[in-house]
Amino acid sequence: MSDFWSMGGYARYVWPCFGFAGIVLAWNLWAARRSLSAARRRAARALAMAASEGAS
Amino acid sequence: MWTWFYKLASPPYVYGVAAALIPWLLGTAALAIGYGLIAGLGIAPPDYQQGEAFRMIYVHVPSAILSVTVYTIMALASAVALIWRIKVGHAVAAASAPIGASFTLLTLVTGSLWGRPMWGTYWAWDPRLTSELILLFLYVGVMSLRSAFEDPSRGDRAAALLAVVGVVNVPIVHFSVVWWNSLHQGATIVTLEGPKMPGSMLWPLLSMWLGFMLFYGAVLCIRVQGEVLNRERQSAWVQEAIKS
Amino acid sequence: MTVGAWEAFWLIVEREMRLSFRRPEQLLQPLVFFLIVTTLFPLGLSLQLSQLRDVAPGVLWVAALLSSLLSLDSLFKSDADDGTLEQLVLSGQGLTIIVVAKTVAHWLVTGLALVLVSPIVGTALGIPTSAFATMLLSLALGTLTLSWLGAIGAGLTIGLRRGNVLLSLIVLPLATPLLIFGAAATERAISGTSTAGALYFLAALCVLTCTLAPFAAAAALRITLE
Repeated sequence: MSDFWSMGGYARYVWPCFGFAGIVLAWNLWAARRSLSAARRRAARALAMAASEGAS
Repeated sequence: MWTWFYKLASPPYVYGVAAALIPWLLGTAALAIGYGLIAGLGIAPPDYQQGEAFRMIYVHVPSAILSVTVYTIMALASAVALIWRIKVGHAVAAASAPIGASFTLLTLVTGSLWGRPMWGTYWAWDPRLTSELILLFLYVGVMSLRSAFEDPSRGDRAAALLAVVGVVNVPIVHFSVVWWNSLHQGATIVTLEGPKMPGSMLWPLLSMWLGFMLFYGAVLCIRVQGEVLNRERQSAWVQEAIKS
Repeated sequence: MTVGAWEAFWLIVEREMRLSFRRPEQLLQPLVFFLIVTTLFPLGLSLQLSQLRDVAPGVLWVAALLSSLLSLDSLFKSDADDGTLEQLVLSGQGLTIIVVAKTVAHWLVTGLALVLVSPIVGTALGIPTSAFATMLLSLALGTLTLSWLGAIGAGLTIGLRRGNVLLSLIVLPLATPLLIFGAAATERAISGTSTAGALYFLAALCVLTCTLAPFAAAAALRITLE
C-alpha cells in the first residue's frame, strides 16, 4: 500500500497533479452553480421591479 | 431533424434541455472518471521508461484535449452567433470560456509537474508549451473583452469576433509537435499505425478523456442556463422558469 | 459625387498622412519609445557588445512590438472621438476599403519608420551589418502583420475604459509567432545559417493577415460603431 502512495518515488509530482485536477473540477462545479444562482437572483429582481412598476 | 436545430436557437428550449441533461452528464462523468482513476492508478502497470510518473497522463492528456476542444466549441458557437445572429451561441461561448481557461491552466500545471521529473525542468519555451500558454492568454482576452463593454450584447459580439480570430492558435497547438522539433512528445493515440499504448494503459486514458468531456458538458449546461437567463431577463418565459 | 474604391483608398491614405504630419511629435513618440526600450536592455543587463549580440534580435523585436502597440491607439481613436469614423462608415464606401486605407497609412508612418530606424538600433545592440538585410526585411513583414492584428484589436476596443491594456492583451498573444520567427530570422542571419525558413514563415503570416484581417477589422468596427 505504501508503494501506491510513494508512486515509485514520484509522489511529490503525481499527487499534487491529481490534487490540482480535483481542485479544478470542484471549482468548475462550484463556480458554475454560483453563476447560475446569481443569474436567477438577478432575473427574480428584474421580475419584481417590473411587477411593482406595473402595479404603480 | 432541422426542426431540432431551430429549437436549439430558442433560449427557453435550451434552458430546459440543459436543466434536464445535467444529472445524466454528471452521473456518467463520475462513472467514467471513477473507472479511469481506479484503473489508471491501480491496475495499469508502470511504464518501463517513466515508472509510476507516467500516471500523470491520466489528468494531463484529457485536460489538454479539453482545453483545445472547448476553445473550438467556443469559436464555433461564436461564429454561429455572429453569422446567424443566434443569441444562444453567445450564451454557449460565454459559458465555455471560464471552463476552457481552467482546463488550460490545469494542462499547464500538470504538464509542468510532469516535466520536472521527466525533462528536468518545470518549464521550457518549446512550441507546444508556448502555444498552450498563448491559448490561456486568448481565453483571458476573450473573457476580459466581453466584460469590458457596458452594453452586454456588444460585448458578446466583440468577444465572439476575438474568439473566431484566435482559433488560428488551435491547429498550432495541435500540430506544433509535428511541425517543429519539440521537447514534448508526439502523437501516441491517434497515429496511422493505431495507438502506441498497450490496452491496460489506454483504456483508463480514454475513459478519463470521456469523463472530462461529459464533465464539461455538465458544467456547460449549468452555466448556459445562467447565461441564457442573463440575456433573456425581460422575456415572459423567464417568469415561469424562475418560479419553478 | 461618387468615388471609386481605388480613389477612396488613396484619398483616405492621403488624408491620414497629412493629419499625421501635422503633428510630428505624435509620429516621433513611438520611435523614441523604441529607442528608449532598446537602450534599457543593455543598461539593465550590463553586457559587452559581443554578448549583447546574442540577445539583440529578441530585444529588437520586443521593443518593436511594444512601440507598435503604443501607436495603435491612434489608429481609430481620434476619428471615433470626433465622429469622423461614423461619417466614413456612412459614406457608403465600404468599411473594408476604409480599414485597409487607414491601416496601410498607419503602417507607413509607424511600422515603416521603425524599419528605417532599426539599423541605428541594430548597431547599438551589436548586430553586424551583414545581418541588416534580414533584419530589415523581417521587421518590415512583421510590423505590417502587427499593424493588421492591431487594427482588429483597435477596432474591438475603441472607446473602452483602459482600452489600451485590453488592446495589448488581445494583440500580444496573436503576435507571438511574429516575435518567434522574426527574432529567429535575425539570429540566423547573425550566425550565418539559412534564414529562408523563418523569412518564408514571416511572409506567409504577413500574407495571411493582409488578406483576412481587413474583413475581421471591418467586422470589429461594425460591432463597436453600430
